[in-house]
Amino acid sequence: MSEKIEKKTVAGITRESTQAMIDEVLAVYPEKGRKKRAPHLAPNDQLSGKSCVKSNKKTVPGVMSARGCAYAGAKGVVWGPIRDMVHVSHGPVGCGWYSWGTRRNLMSGQLGVDQFGMQFTSDFQEKDIVYGGDKKLKTLLFEAKELFPLAKGISVLSECPVGLIGDDINSVAKQSSKELDIPIIPCNCEGFRGVSQSLGHHISNDTIRDYIIETREFPEPIGPYDIALIGEYNIGGDAWSTKPLLEECGFNVKAVWTGDGEMEKIAATHQVRLNVIHCYRSMNYMCKVMEEKYGIPWIELNFFGPSKIRQSLRALAELFDDSIKEKVEAVIAKYDAEMQKVIDEYKPRLDGKTVMLYVGGLRPRHTIGANEDLGMTCVGSGYEFAHSDDYDRTAPEMPEATVVYDDASELEMEMFAHVIKPDLIGSGIKEKYVFQKMGLPFRQMHSWDYSGPYHGYKGFPIFARDIDMAINSPTWKLVKSPF
Amino acid sequence: MAKKLRQIAIYGKGGIGKSTTTQNTVAGLASLGNQVMIVGCDPKADSTRLILHAKAQATVMDLVRERGTVEDLELEDVLKSGYGDVRCVESGGPEPGVGCAGRGVITAINFLEEEGAYTEDLDFVFYDVLGDVVCGGFAMPIRENKAEEIYIVCSGEMMAMYAANNIAKGILKYASSGKVRLAGLICNSRNTDREKDLIEALAKKLGTQMIHFVPRDNQVQRAELRRMTVIEYSPEHKQAEEYRTLAQKIAENKMLVVPTPLEMEELEELLMEFGIMEAEDESIVGKAENAA
Repeated sequence: MSEKIEKKTVAGITRESTQAMIDEVLAVYPEKGRKKRAPHLAPNDQLSGKSCVKSNKKTVPGVMSARGCAYAGAKGVVWGPIRDMVHVSHGPVGCGWYSWGTRRNLMSGQLGVDQFGMQFTSDFQEKDIVYGGDKKLKTLLFEAKELFPLAKGISVLSECPVGLIGDDINSVAKQSSKELDIPIIPCNCEGFRGVSQSLGHHISNDTIRDYIIETREFPEPIGPYDIALIGEYNIGGDAWSTKPLLEECGFNVKAVWTGDGEMEKIAATHQVRLNVIHCYRSMNYMCKVMEEKYGIPWIELNFFGPSKIRQSLRALAELFDDSIKEKVEAVIAKYDAEMQKVIDEYKPRLDGKTVMLYVGGLRPRHTIGANEDLGMTCVGSGYEFAHSDDYDRTAPEMPEATVVYDDASELEMEMFAHVIKPDLIGSGIKEKYVFQKMGLPFRQMHSWDYSGPYHGYKGFPIFARDIDMAINSPTWKLVKSPF
Repeated sequence: MAKKLRQIAIYGKGGIGKSTTTQNTVAGLASLGNQVMIVGCDPKADSTRLILHAKAQATVMDLVRERGTVEDLELEDVLKSGYGDVRCVESGGPEPGVGCAGRGVITAINFLEEEGAYTEDLDFVFYDVLGDVVCGGFAMPIRENKAEEIYIVCSGEMMAMYAANNIAKGILKYASSGKVRLAGLICNSRNTDREKDLIEALAKKLGTQMIHFVPRDNQVQRAELRRMTVIEYSPEHKQAEEYRTLAQKIAENKMLVVPTPLEMEELEELLMEFGIMEAEDESIVGKAENAA
C-alpha cells in the first residue's frame, strides 16, 4: 500500500493540546510511575511513519492494565481457534475454562459433532503441584484421543504452575504422540513469561515452526493462485467473509491461520505461493520464517471498510497476473456499489463523529479506515501489547497530533475521554462499563460485542449498523451521567 | 492459665543428623513430662521413625495423593502417637526431580492448622526441616505464627558451618519482618579437631550460643537399628543423659537473637584460624596440573 500519505488533522487538536492533556494525566502519578508512563503517551507524528511511543515494556505496578498473559496469547489467540485439534490447558482449571471460546472464534462443522472447540484442562489439585502433573497429562491425552477420535492433533498449553514445578510436558508430548500416533504439540507458554500476551503469540509461532509446519503436504498439486490467510481468527465469522472474498478474486485459500483452522492445512502451508497476513502482531513471526525457509513472500492487508479493502485487494493483485487484476477490479466494482448504499444509509447519522480506540493486535490501526468510510474521525488510539513496528504502521493512519497511548491504564483512558469527549469508544470488556457509565457509547472491539463478522464486504454493513446503533441509540438521551 | 506453646524449627546441612537429634531431644523433653508434636517437613519422611518404631509413617501428601484432595483427609489418618505420647506427622512429598516438595510442606501445615492438630495441651511443636531452604515452602515453618525459635544442627566440618551461616542469613530475613529468632547451635560432634571451640566461636560471631555439644557415640546407631531413640533404648546410658541435658537446656533457653551472619571472608578467616581451611594461593587458581 504505497499510496502517498495524506495529512489528516482534527479541529482543535494540536501537538500542544494533546501534550497538555497527557501532562495532566501524568501529574496524577507518583514520580516513579510518571517517569515510566511518560514515554508511552504522545501526540501522533503522522507523516513520520514512525512510532512516537515506547512499547512492549512491563506494566507499571499499581495501574489497572488491560493486558493478558503469555498463556492468553497462546491459548486464546493462536491455538484455540484451530477447530480440529484438542487444546489442553495444563494446570488449574480457571485458565482453561475462562478461555474456552470466549474470543468468539467460530468454527464450522457438523452441529454437535465437530463444530465446537475441543478443550481439556488437567484441573490441577494440590497433589498435582506436589507430585507433578506429568502422569495426569499422559492419562488425559489418552482420554482425549478416545473421546474425540476426529481430532487431528493435540496442543498442550502450559499454565503458570507447570513452569514452576518443572513438569516436562515436552517429553510427555513426545512419548504420547508416538503411542497415540497423533501429533501432540507442547507449548511452554506459562503466563508469567514476558510482559503481555505478545510473548505467547511468539512462543506459539515458534512451536508451529518446530512441530507443525512441513509435516503435511496438500493432496492436490500446487497452483499459481494458492495462498494462505494468516492472522485471521474468525471472530464472529470474519474468515467466512474474507476467505470467500479472496476466492472470488481468483485465489485458492489453502489454509487459514488459525480461525476455523485445520491442523493438516496449517502443516502444509509451506507449499503456498503467498501469505496474506491480517493480524501482523500475532503471526508475523511465522510469515518471516516461511519467507526465509521456503521463499514465500507475504503481504499485509486490511479487510475493514470498503476503502481499505479496495486498497488491499489492488495491492494483492499487483503481485499476480492480469487475470487476477481483472477479477479483483470486477469484485471491487460489484461490492463498491453495495457498500456505497451502506455508506449512504449510515454516513448522514455518523458524519463528523469521533472515536477513541484501545484494542489489541491490529484493530487500533486497521479499523480507522472503516470508521472514516462512515465519516468518522479517530481522535486517539493505542494497543495493549503492541511493539514499535505496530506503532510505525499506526502513525500514518491516525490524524496528526491525536493521542497515542501504549498499555494505557484505566485512569489514562478515563481522563483522555473526559478531555477529548469522543462520540464512541472502541475497546474491550474491561473498559466497556467504565465508559458506558460515563454516558459514552461503546463497542467491544475484541469480540465484536457478540456481533460480527466485521471483516470484508460481508462485514462492513454489520460494522456500520453496530456503530450507528451504539452512537445513535436513544438510550443515551435517557440516561444522565453523574460524572 | 493456658500454657504457652513453643514452636521450634530445626535446620541444618543435609546428613548432619537433624532427624536423629530432633527425635532424641524430643524424647528427652517427653521423658521430662512435656507434651510434644513433631512435624516432619522433608519428602524423605524420616523424622518420626525412632519415636514410632516405624519404617515410614503414612504422610499427609501420600494420603492426599491416594484419596484425591486434602479435604478427604482426617487428622487421625496422619497424626500418630509414639514414645512418651509424642505426636508425629510427616508432610511427605514427591521423589526428587518432580513436582514441588515445598508446596507439600505448605499444604501439610495448613491441613494441621485447619484440622486442629495444635491443641492447647501441647508444650512444644518441633519442625524437622529439609537441609536447605531451597524455596518458600521450606520456610513455611518459620512464617508468622509458626516456629519462633530456630536451632541449627552443625558440626566442625567446613560445609556444615557454611550451611549454618546460610541458614542464619535466611533467619535474618524473616527476623526483620516477624518474631522468628535464632536460639542456638547444636553441635552434633563429628570428632573434628577443636570442634567445640570452633562452634563456640562461630556461635559467638552469629550472636548466639552453642546450646549443647552432643558427643559422638555409637549407642545412637545401636538404638537406631532398633528404630528407637537412645532415651528409650537405654535411658541409663550416658548418651541418653546428653540428650536429656540438651532437652533441659532448650526448655530453659531464653536466649533468642536476631542472628548476625558472617560475610564469606569472615567465615573463611575463622576456618583458617582453626586450621580447617588453608589460606588461598591466588597464583594457582584456574591452572591445570600440567600447565606450563
